[in-house]
Amino acid sequence: MSRQGWRTRQLARAVAGAGLALASLAASAYTETSGGYNVPTGVTEISREVHGLHMAIFWVCVVIGIVVFGAMIWSIIFHRRSKHPKPADFHESTTVEIIWTAIPFVILIAIAVPAAATLIKMEDTRNADLSVKITGYQWKWHYDYLGENVSFFSTLSAESNRARQLKSGIDVNAVPNYLVDVDQPLVVPVGKKVRFLITSNDVIHAWWVPEIAVKKDAIPGYVNEIWTRIEHPGTYRGVCAELCGRDHGYMPIVVRALPEAEYKAWLTKAKGGVVAAAPAVAVTDVPADAAPAAAPTAAPAPAAQEVAAAAAPAAAPAASSKDDLMKQGEAVFKANCMACHQANGTGLPPNFPSLVGSAVVKGPAEAQIAQVINGKNLMPPFKQLSDADIAAVVTYTRNAWGNSSGVVAPSQVAAQR
Amino acid sequence: MAQHDTHADHTHDDHHGPDKGIMRWIKTTNHKDLGTLYLFFAFTMFFIGGLMSLVIRAELFHPGLQFVDPEFFNQMTTMHALVMIFGGVMPAFVGLANWMVPMMIGCSDLALPRVNNWGFWILPFAFSLLLSTLFMDGGAPAGGWTMYPPLVLQTGNAFPFLIFAVHLMGISSITGAINVVVTILNMRAPGMTLLKMPLFVWTWLITAYLLIAVMPVLAGAVTMLLTDKYFGTSFFTASGGGDPVMFQHIFWFFGHPEVYIMILPAFGIVSTIIPTFARKALFGYDSMVYATASIAFLSFIVWAHHMFTVGMPLAGELFFMFATMLIAVPTGVKVFNWVATMWKGSMTFETPMLFALGFVFLFTIGGFSGLMLAITPVDFQYHDTYFVVAHFHYVLVPGAVFSIIAAVYYWIPKWTGRMYNEFWGKTHFWLSAIFINLTFFPQHFAGLAGMQRRVPDYAVQFTDWNVMSSIGAFGFFVSQFIFIFNMLASCFGWFGRKQGLPDRVWEGAHGLEWTVPSPAPYHTFEDPPQIADAELTAVHDESDALDHHKLA
Repeated sequence: MSRQGWRTRQLARAVAGAGLALASLAASAYTETSGGYNVPTGVTEISREVHGLHMAIFWVCVVIGIVVFGAMIWSIIFHRRSKHPKPADFHESTTVEIIWTAIPFVILIAIAVPAAATLIKMEDTRNADLSVKITGYQWKWHYDYLGENVSFFSTLSAESNRARQLKSGIDVNAVPNYLVDVDQPLVVPVGKKVRFLITSNDVIHAWWVPEIAVKKDAIPGYVNEIWTRIEHPGTYRGVCAELCGRDHGYMPIVVRALPEAEYKAWLTKAKGGVVAAAPAVAVTDVPADAAPAAAPTAAPAPAAQEVAAAAAPAAAPAASSKDDLMKQGEAVFKANCMACHQANGTGLPPNFPSLVGSAVVKGPAEAQIAQVINGKNLMPPFKQLSDADIAAVVTYTRNAWGNSSGVVAPSQVAAQR
Repeated sequence: MAQHDTHADHTHDDHHGPDKGIMRWIKTTNHKDLGTLYLFFAFTMFFIGGLMSLVIRAELFHPGLQFVDPEFFNQMTTMHALVMIFGGVMPAFVGLANWMVPMMIGCSDLALPRVNNWGFWILPFAFSLLLSTLFMDGGAPAGGWTMYPPLVLQTGNAFPFLIFAVHLMGISSITGAINVVVTILNMRAPGMTLLKMPLFVWTWLITAYLLIAVMPVLAGAVTMLLTDKYFGTSFFTASGGGDPVMFQHIFWFFGHPEVYIMILPAFGIVSTIIPTFARKALFGYDSMVYATASIAFLSFIVWAHHMFTVGMPLAGELFFMFATMLIAVPTGVKVFNWVATMWKGSMTFETPMLFALGFVFLFTIGGFSGLMLAITPVDFQYHDTYFVVAHFHYVLVPGAVFSIIAAVYYWIPKWTGRMYNEFWGKTHFWLSAIFINLTFFPQHFAGLAGMQRRVPDYAVQFTDWNVMSSIGAFGFFVSQFIFIFNMLASCFGWFGRKQGLPDRVWEGAHGLEWTVPSPAPYHTFEDPPQIADAELTAVHDESDALDHHKLA
C-alpha cells in the first residue's frame, strides 16, 4: 500500500536532484547512468536493451499492482462492516478463475519473447575483435590480453584501501570513487567486440560492470565467455558480485574505454613495459600518464597515478640488497597482505594472526615461503607473485616491526616452486 | 458444534494432565506442548537472528568501516540467514502445524508423538552447535548460508559444526514433515475429505512433501562438502576433477523448494484469516488447492534461476526463465482469490486481519520483484545485488513472518484463553508495516543502481538508501517488543488479563478448532467429532451448506 507513495516520492526526489547531481557528481558517481536509483541505461546496445526490458517488466508490474491493490483498497474502504454489513454469498466461479489464469499467461508470453531475443544476443560471443582473459583472485582481478603479451593485476586503489580500514578516521566522502577505483584499469577500445574469458584462481567471484550490463561468475575450473561493444569512450566501474571471502567488497573493477587509436598507443606502451621488465607480469600505466612506469612487481604499485610515479624508482628490476628487498617487500605487502595482517603486522586475531614475533616469521624461511606460495586456512595461495616479489615480501615481514630473521633471496623461492 | 465442547471436556478428565515442572516440557509428546515449545524456540531464534541483522545494519548505516571487521560482517550475514531460516521461520511454521493441524482435522494428536518430541529436541542441540562457532577461534561460518564451495571450504574449525548443525536441522524437519503427512492422510475425522480440509492443512501437507523431497538433498550436498574438506574427495574441487557448479545445482534443487516451504504455510494462514474477518467464504477453494500444488511442482524445475550468471548453456537459461515466469500464474491466482474473498465481504480489521492484509500487499510486491528477477537478461543486472536482498526479504518478512505473527494473534486466544490487547496489536502492526517498508524498499533502489550483496561497506552514492534502511531495521526490531509483551501477557495472564473467552473467539471463524473451549484443553478430539458442514472451510454459513453439498 505504501509502495506507490514511495515510488512517487523517490522519483520526485531523483528528478529534483538530477540536475545538481549530474553537474557536480558525474565524475565520482559509480553508476553514472543509473540516476542513483535505477538500472543504468549504460553505454552498449545490450545495456540499453536490458534497461528497456527492465522498465517494460516494471511498468507491467505497476499496472497489475494498480489493478490488484486498487481493488483491495476499494474493498477495504467500501466493503467494511460499517459500510457493508451483509456479506455477499459468492465463493466460486470457474469462469473467473480461467480468466485470471489466462490473462497473466498471455502477458508473460509477451514479456518472454523480447527477453529471449535479448538473451540470445548476449550469449553470442562469436567474431570478437579481441579477447581478454579475466581471472579472479582473493581479492583482485588479473587481466590478460590474449595474444598481446600484456597482462596485469588490478587492485583497489591505495586511497580507498587506506580509507576502508576499520576506524580509519578518513572521511570516505572525500575519497574520489571510494571503493570503486583501482590502481590499473582494464583498457578496451570503443566500437570493437571485446570478448571476456572469465575464470578464477581460488574461489568463485563475479565480474560485474553495470554500465555495460555484463555480469559473469568467475569459477575455478571453468572459463565463462561474455562480450561487450562499448559505444562511448569513458570510465565504467564495477564490483565483484559473488561473495568471495573477507574482502569481497574490496575488489572493484574499472574499465576504461578508449578510441581505437589511443587504445593502440596504450597497448604498444604496455607491451613496451613488458619488454623492459624481465618478469612475466608487468604493471601498465594508465594512458593519460606521460611516462610508462613499468615495475617488475606482480603486485601493482600501491597507488593511483601520482603515487605510482613516485614509487617507480624504488622498484628496480634487480632488487637484491636488503634495503631494496625491504622497499619492494613493503609495496607487495601493502597490496596483497595488509588487508588481513594490517599495516603494522599485528593482524586481526584469531582469523588473521599477527606477524609481529610470530612463530612462522621467526622460524625457518622455507616454511614461510611455502605458506606464501600455497596458502593455509583462510590465507589464499600467492603463487601468482614473482619469485622476486615473494622473496621481498618474506624478507619484509621477517625484518619489519622489530622482527629480525634475515634476508630471503628470489632463488630460494624459485627452488621451492 | 456445542456437543463437541462437552465431548472434549469429559474425555479430558479421563486422562492425566501434563507433568509438573521442567520434565513436562522435556518428556512431552503432546502436540500442544510441542507446538508451544517450537514457537518459543522460533521466537528466541528470531531475536538472535534479529540482533545479527542489527550488527549488519549498524555497519551499513554509513559508508566506511565503523564497527566490525569484514570477516565478522560475513559471519553475521551467514549466521543471520541460517538462524532465521532454519531456526526462525521453519520451526515457527512447524509449531503452528503442531498446534493447529490435529485440532483442524479433528484428531487427538499427531500420528507419531514420540517422533514429534525427538524432532523438536534436536533443534536446541543443532543451534547450540551452530551458535557455538561464534565463540571459536576463527569465528563462525562466513561463506554465506548458501555454503558455496570453494569458499566454504576455507572455513576453519566452525566447518564441521556447520555441517552437523545442518544435518540435525534436516533430521528435525524430516521427522516433522513425516508426522504431518501421516497425520493428515490417516487421522482426519470422519467426513473430512481431502477437499474439505482447511487450507492451512492443505498447504502444510504439500509443504511436508516438499520437505521430505529436498531435505535429504541438502544433507547429501553438505556431506559431500564434509568429505571434500576432510577426506580427500573432490566432488566440488576443480583441481581434483570436481565441479564447483554442481554444488550450486544440488543446493538450489533443495533451495528453491525450500523457499516455498517457507511461504506455502503462510498462504494457508492468510487463506484462513481473510475469510474470518471478511465474514465470507474463501473464494475459489479448489483453485487455491490446485494453485498450491502447481507452485510446489514448479518449485522443482526452476532451481537454476538462482544461478543465471554461472555460465549455463543458452537453452538452460531459456528453460529456467520460462519455467520461473510460469510461477507467476498460480501465485497470481492466489492473490486474486484473496481479493475476491474480500470483495463484497463485511470486513473488520482486528490485528490478525491487518497482518494478513499487510501480507497480501507486501508479499505481492515481493512477487513483482520476483517476476522481474525471472527475466534472465535483466537478472544479470539484478543478480547478487540489494535488489535481490529486497526481493527475498519482502517475501520472507512481510510475507512469511507477517503470516506467523497474524497466526499467533489469531489463535492465541484459543491457545491461552486470554485475548491479546487490541490497541497494542494494532500499534504493533502499523509500526511493523511502516518500518519494514522503510527497511527494505530503499534496498531496491540501491541494488538497481549497483550495490552488491554481502558487503560491509559501499560506494558513497548508496548512502541515502542505506541510512533509511538501517533506521527502518532498528525501528522494526524495537517494535517487536510490543508483540512479545502482548503475547506473553496472554500466556501468563499479566496486566490482569482474564480467561473466559467463548469457544468461537472470532464470530466469523470456521473450523473445528473453534468448537473446543478456549483455552483448548490439554487433550482434544479423543473421540472423532461429528462435523457440521457449516464448520468446513469452503462453506460460509449454515444457509450456504446446501449449496456446498452440490460442489462436494
